[in-house]
Amino acid sequence: MFETTVYLDNAAATRLDERVLEAMKPYFFDLYAVATSQFGYSLGIEARDALDTARQQIAARLGANPEEFVFTSGSTESSNLAIKGVALALGEKKGRHIIISPIEDFPVLHSARALERRGFRVTTVRVDETGRVDLDHLQESITDETILVSIQAANQEIGTLQDVRAIAEICKEKGTLFHTDATHTFPRVPLDVREVPVDLITVSAHTIHGPKGIGGLYVRKGTPIRKWMDGGYQEFDLRPGVENIPGAVGFAKAVELITPEETARLRAMRDRLLDRLLNEVPHTVLNGHPIHRLPHNANVSFRFVEGESLLLHLDMRGFAVSTGSACFSRSLEASHVILGIGGNHERAHGSVRFTFGRYNKEEDVDAVVEAIKEVVAELRRISPLGKE
Amino acid sequence: MPLPYSAIVMEHFRNPRNVGRIEDADAKGVEGSPACGDMVAVYLKVDPETHVITDIKFESYGCASNIATGSIITELAKGKTIEEAKKLTWKDASEALGGLPPIKVHCSVLAIDGLRAAIENYEEKHGLVKERKPTTVELVKKRLKRVVNPVVGLDIVRSNLVKDVEVKDGVVRVVLDLPEDHQFAAAIREDIVDKLEPRWDVKEVIVEFTE
Repeated sequence: MFETTVYLDNAAATRLDERVLEAMKPYFFDLYAVATSQFGYSLGIEARDALDTARQQIAARLGANPEEFVFTSGSTESSNLAIKGVALALGEKKGRHIIISPIEDFPVLHSARALERRGFRVTTVRVDETGRVDLDHLQESITDETILVSIQAANQEIGTLQDVRAIAEICKEKGTLFHTDATHTFPRVPLDVREVPVDLITVSAHTIHGPKGIGGLYVRKGTPIRKWMDGGYQEFDLRPGVENIPGAVGFAKAVELITPEETARLRAMRDRLLDRLLNEVPHTVLNGHPIHRLPHNANVSFRFVEGESLLLHLDMRGFAVSTGSACFSRSLEASHVILGIGGNHERAHGSVRFTFGRYNKEEDVDAVVEAIKEVVAELRRISPLGKE
Repeated sequence: MPLPYSAIVMEHFRNPRNVGRIEDADAKGVEGSPACGDMVAVYLKVDPETHVITDIKFESYGCASNIATGSIITELAKGKTIEEAKKLTWKDASEALGGLPPIKVHCSVLAIDGLRAAIENYEEKHGLVKERKPTTVELVKKRLKRVVNPVVGLDIVRSNLVKDVEVKDGVVRVVLDLPEDHQFAAAIREDIVDKLEPRWDVKEVIVEFTE
């Protein structure tokens, strides 16, 4: 094991902010009751107030009403609830067709596949080589049977932002529901449900220096949806289970701490990283969109180099990054995102993702660039490829 | 949780032995392809009298186990005669490395295959092949064991991807249990053709898909 000094995998998980922990603490030790009833004892009522306040704070960041926000255990559960919940509510009534993009993260992708096995039809809408959805193809793909379109706000690997407003308007005009997985945008990239007609939004605390195990789903008032886990009547009868009140309080605090100023700082570090890598490391290509991308995400492929080797060498030098290489994945399958945007295996193999967060310092950028230059040169020296 | 690689694997990964090319090599073997992921090239210098491998170098495009295995086989083969080196197995390489994670075993197979391909190349060049064997279904299947199915990390024979093999009048037909539009279809086809086309009596290699 090697000591990590520069952590650049903030899309996977983030360090908890101490202020978040401080906000959560009282709900572990003092106000630990759960709010089963509004007519209960004082301790429970105080806990319920904390839950309601957290809900109101997070919903406000989306321009939503508190009763439109359901707490869950995280993005995976939120997207499962959105897709399977709508399928349960509309599958018999309206139709059995849903539309996704080929580069969705696994909760959406595999929820759709699970429905497909139960007889639903899934259309995968085309994306261009930067990952942006083909809006004409989307428009053509929606039929009277379509109950849901689920397209992410930003891609987890290559960081490409979708035109969420345009997609939402197409869906509204066609009369179909629209869910977006905003795990990697919320709340850094603003999205206001009063202006954009999106019906369901997946969000999570783990990407914004909040605790793991808490997330949420925005559900526009009147959206046909049913719970798919059985239990009690919590969370507007959509998500049974004892409420994670410390988590909810921590999530709200984490949301509060994300500011446009901080996002601008991350963007500046990201821009410098990309600029240096693309200019100083030969045979390096950008993955994703040059403009429409997450402010804190950089993703490039180094040709003639395999990602797992690169990652291990960086780990030995104290840098933590991520790769879309097949050798790195548990399944030995190359990144479905890089392949989904028309990239070949070699491109997926050499792809490296850098995602910035609050605890990165400006000097981290130059340090990782120097390390990358050394490691890429060393691996290319070993590689049989790229030598005329 | 410790790293999935043994200390020996990590040591060879950090400091691979015998890396590079031999410009005036007596023989060369390449296994794998960029499309399928891993790739190993092996270069040999062989004493013409004793058939002892006097120098060996390798190049690797691949993960840590690929690099470490390439490194260890150069150490295992150096100083051995080509007859002895031919008998080295992936088990020898894996054991010398203190074991490899199960999912990565194919990487050591690839390095061994690179070594064997280089030795075969030497034998063919120096007229050491006693008699040219005709291409048979058995021989094709043996060669197909060197083609990796990237979905599972095993070769396409062991992962039951090969449905049928036919050899007739120099035409080899391989039927794969895979849809033609599968993400790995083109890469696997390319790899199969690469493995079989150089055979002296093969005129054409046809790869067919079931769906």
